[in-house]
Amino acid sequence: MQFMLLFSRQGKLRLQKWYVPLSDKEKKKITRELVQTVLARKPKMCSFLEWRDLKIVYKRYASLYFCCAIEDQDNELITLEIIHRYVELLDKYFGSVCELDIIFNFEKAYFILDEFLLGGEAQETSKKNVLKAIEQADLLQEDAKDAETPRSVLEEIGLT
Amino acid sequence: MPAVSKGDGMRGLAVFISDIRNCKSKEAEIKRINKELANIRSKFKGDKALDGYSKKKYVCKLLFIFLLGHDIDFGHMEAVNLLSSNKYTEKQIGYLFISVLVNSNSELIRLINNAIKNDLSSRNPTFMCLALHCIANVGSREMAEAFASEIPRILVAGDTMDSVKQSAALCLLRLYKTSPDLVLMGEWTSRVVHLLNDQHMGVVTAAISLITCLSQKNPDEFKTCVSLAVSRLSRIVSSASTDLQDYTYYFVPAPWLSCKLLRLLQCYPPPEDGAVKGRLVECLETILNKAQEPPKSKKVQHSNAKNAILFEAISLIIHYDSEPNLLVRACNQLGQFLQHRETNLRYLALESMCTLASSEFSHEAVKTHIETVINALKTERDVSVRQRAADLLYAMCDRSNAKQIVAEMLSYLETADYSIREEMVLKVAILAEKYAVDYSWYVDTILNLIRIAGDYVSEEVWYRVIQIVINRDDVQGYAAKTVFEALQAPACHENMVKVGGYILGEFGNLIAGDPRSSPLVQFNLLHSKFHLCSVPTRALLLSAYIKFINLFPETKATIQEVLRCDSQIRNSDVELQQRAVEYLKLSSIASTDVLATVLEEMPPFPERESSILAKLKKKKGPGAVSVTELEDNKREGGELNGGGDRGPDTAAMAASNASTPSPSADLLGIRSAAPIGAAPANAGSLLVDVFSEAGPAAPSAAVNDDGFLRDLEQPTETSDSLLVEGSGDSDSAPPSEDPAPPLSEADELLNNWPKLNVQTKPVEPLVEGGAQIQQVLNIECLTDFSDAPLLNIKFRYGGALQNLTLKLPVTINKFFQPTEMTSHDFFQRWKQLSQPQQEAQKIFKANHSMDTEVLKAKLLGLGTALLDNVDPNPENYVCAGVIQTKGQQVGCLLRLEPNAQAQMYRLTLRCSKDSVSRRLCELLAEQF
Repeated sequence: MQFMLLFSRQGKLRLQKWYVPLSDKEKKKITRELVQTVLARKPKMCSFLEWRDLKIVYKRYASLYFCCAIEDQDNELITLEIIHRYVELLDKYFGSVCELDIIFNFEKAYFILDEFLLGGEAQETSKKNVLKAIEQADLLQEDAKDAETPRSVLEEIGLT
Repeated sequence: MPAVSKGDGMRGLAVFISDIRNCKSKEAEIKRINKELANIRSKFKGDKALDGYSKKKYVCKLLFIFLLGHDIDFGHMEAVNLLSSNKYTEKQIGYLFISVLVNSNSELIRLINNAIKNDLSSRNPTFMCLALHCIANVGSREMAEAFASEIPRILVAGDTMDSVKQSAALCLLRLYKTSPDLVLMGEWTSRVVHLLNDQHMGVVTAAISLITCLSQKNPDEFKTCVSLAVSRLSRIVSSASTDLQDYTYYFVPAPWLSCKLLRLLQCYPPPEDGAVKGRLVECLETILNKAQEPPKSKKVQHSNAKNAILFEAISLIIHYDSEPNLLVRACNQLGQFLQHRETNLRYLALESMCTLASSEFSHEAVKTHIETVINALKTERDVSVRQRAADLLYAMCDRSNAKQIVAEMLSYLETADYSIREEMVLKVAILAEKYAVDYSWYVDTILNLIRIAGDYVSEEVWYRVIQIVINRDDVQGYAAKTVFEALQAPACHENMVKVGGYILGEFGNLIAGDPRSSPLVQFNLLHSKFHLCSVPTRALLLSAYIKFINLFPETKATIQEVLRCDSQIRNSDVELQQRAVEYLKLSSIASTDVLATVLEEMPPFPERESSILAKLKKKKGPGAVSVTELEDNKREGGELNGGGDRGPDTAAMAASNASTPSPSADLLGIRSAAPIGAAPANAGSLLVDVFSEAGPAAPSAAVNDDGFLRDLEQPTETSDSLLVEGSGDSDSAPPSEDPAPPLSEADELLNNWPKLNVQTKPVEPLVEGGAQIQQVLNIECLTDFSDAPLLNIKFRYGGALQNLTLKLPVTINKFFQPTEMTSHDFFQRWKQLSQPQQEAQKIFKANHSMDTEVLKAKLLGLGTALLDNVDPNPENYVCAGVIQTKGQQVGCLLRLEPNAQAQMYRLTLRCSKDSVSRRLCELLAEQF
């Protein structure tokens, strides 16, 4: 897989993961072009399309589009299920995931993705194992927080 | 799994994100972001040391701002600090920032690598994984240098945790993709291959991606993976759907791993070991059988996972292309999918069948689905599916079904989506040619193509039909008749006029016997289209008219009348004007014998690969279209006046014997290949070369013009390199009474020209009568020069030694390299070149139109960059360029100040070499 993009129906990019080195300018261009192409497609159309020399696999979940670019040799259907498994992971982690969860916890969305896919290839396809890894990280996070000194009142209300 | 408690998030970050979301406008958002950036900057710079938490929060905010699409140029240092924190949560954010905002600052990279090194050796699996993820996400060369030798060790070590192994495998894969030379598997190879046997399915899933990539590059070293992969696959395929626990996905056992195993096997030929092969065939059969079983779940995930494996298995079967039984079963399975209610499956079935169609074992089986595929082309609602259907029809076409398929494609073209029309046109043209039994069908098809989708018919297509008509005399009469009928339509496409003009000009005589298509009727029909056509087409029509004068003397008066009228002979387009002048003169002074020789029918074209096929090959995927066109334009854009892609100090230069007026020709043809067509033997042909020494000369002797005529008409593809046509073309030699084939001896000598380095290729000592030879001259500029180089052509014809000396249209500006620069830079350099001898200036009266576009075209044709918004006066033009010579680069700046009222120009040149300034000034002053 060369990259994965999550964007809303309004075309707002919510998550981007690039597995090939590209300049920021190219990334922006590709994103703009693809978001436009995918949003222009009608609901019943097929989930695959040819784009430049890549194959695009996309699927819409509620207000979010998940869109992957794969190479000629890659398998479209299994990519579709990669998307689905990622959605399942997000759903399980956040508890009925919605777009807002991904906006406000974007760093978590990245961490979950890194546990599942690495370098554009499936690293761990077992839902249990991926969630276990994230869960452990969260536990470490809790420990770390306990050790911290209490934060200022200003910080607690989010003013700094 | 606990629901995410909001408390563990960063409240300041959440508030900031809400603020951004509440912004009503882009401006408000930018304002809010700038405020935040200022805040973060001051915190980072402040005297008070930040605690880890605050640092993490601010780094996270920066990351968020970056992901919104704004540039972030600070915070890297703070992120690196986070890496060395002992708190997982801080470390994690630090790594995330570094992975997303890769920075090439070497000091920073050193620090990052240090932190990664510490984490890799920490023996804390969570930290190790974070570090490996970071390497895999960044994947830079520097990281490969630092860690490529360390990671294989981690991957195969006995005490490495499974999760770390998984990360290590894919991390290594990423490094291998960026820097294969740094990842040396050597001693690890066998242990890596044996990861396929690992008990942990996750480890196998991750490792197999690495193994597949390595196998593609070093198949021999990794070939033991084949039998391991087969046995692993066999175990999965035969397992019950619950055996693999969490690796079973919607009742399908390990679909990702299965697909990857099948993919790995596609790196190798069928296993030689009979037992392994038998086991594999069994697996493939089981997969095909399972496709027929009732689904275990109605969920689309179940069928997708199952079919993903099935398609991968079919790919493997096609890859082996040796098991007829499996191939036919695969084809039948795909046939079922062609009518499936899932659009995705129909799409994939069409795609997969395309490859099956090329196997001799399954080609016939694929053909049985023709009706379904045609139906798909007509009724699918999704253009990407229709595209696949069109591809499949193309792939399954052979002599037996060509007529049907071509007819269906033609009728589809009438309503086809714009995005795929051009490709469809090429495909129809290729099929029509490839499977034509009688050429009248071919001619009909191509003319239909032009009628239905004229805009999408590229030059290659109509050139090709003409090549074929010229080469096959059995179809010439039919072609003339058909094209004549097609031209009767009140509105016909310009491409039809081109083909019509060409074919009637050559073969109009074949239908002239019928009073309904008498010579004058033919001429009037063509001429009725003339005024609606573009310049290149008009140029072609003028050539057709002169051919008419030869074919039908009775049309001479009418045509001369047309040529003589002001709109031709004083046409503002130089090319048209020249043709009108020369043809008029030719028709009035040459005897009928001379005319007949000069305007003889075109000789057959040498057989070669269809240029259309070449074009289609170049065109892969709709995305590539624009690129292809760009390349084409560049190629046709002509090099003579300093075109696209020549090297810095050589200019491939010459005239081409193979150009047809190109649509990209600009008004003056300055940058177009079209009029370059003139053979050098023809003094009157230097139209294009506005800057050449010779300048437009009066029409020379008629005989010499033949080459010119032919050049412009010959509808071959424009060749990549520009060619000088040597002499020795028997037609351009004086007509001889001697009926014996003229044998001539060609010998080209270029003047000893110390300022240029000229390379030529040796020429055959003998040029057959009627043959043409081409000579490519590569010219490198050694130092700047003033006089055009001379080309001497000596040859023996009819026993007498002939000697021609031609000026090559090579001037110093041919070696220009355009230079873009800003206004500030321009004037700074302008001032630097202030010595009096560096400047050359001329004030002169305008000899030609002062139209802006024309001026711009001329200046661009010079080969320099035309700089906008540099001169404070918008009426003025400034250009910059560098003349590349072997010894030095000469920077040149140009300023042209027109005065429209006085019809005067002031031209100023400043170059780093004074002789260049003077020469360019002389050259240019004649052009405006």
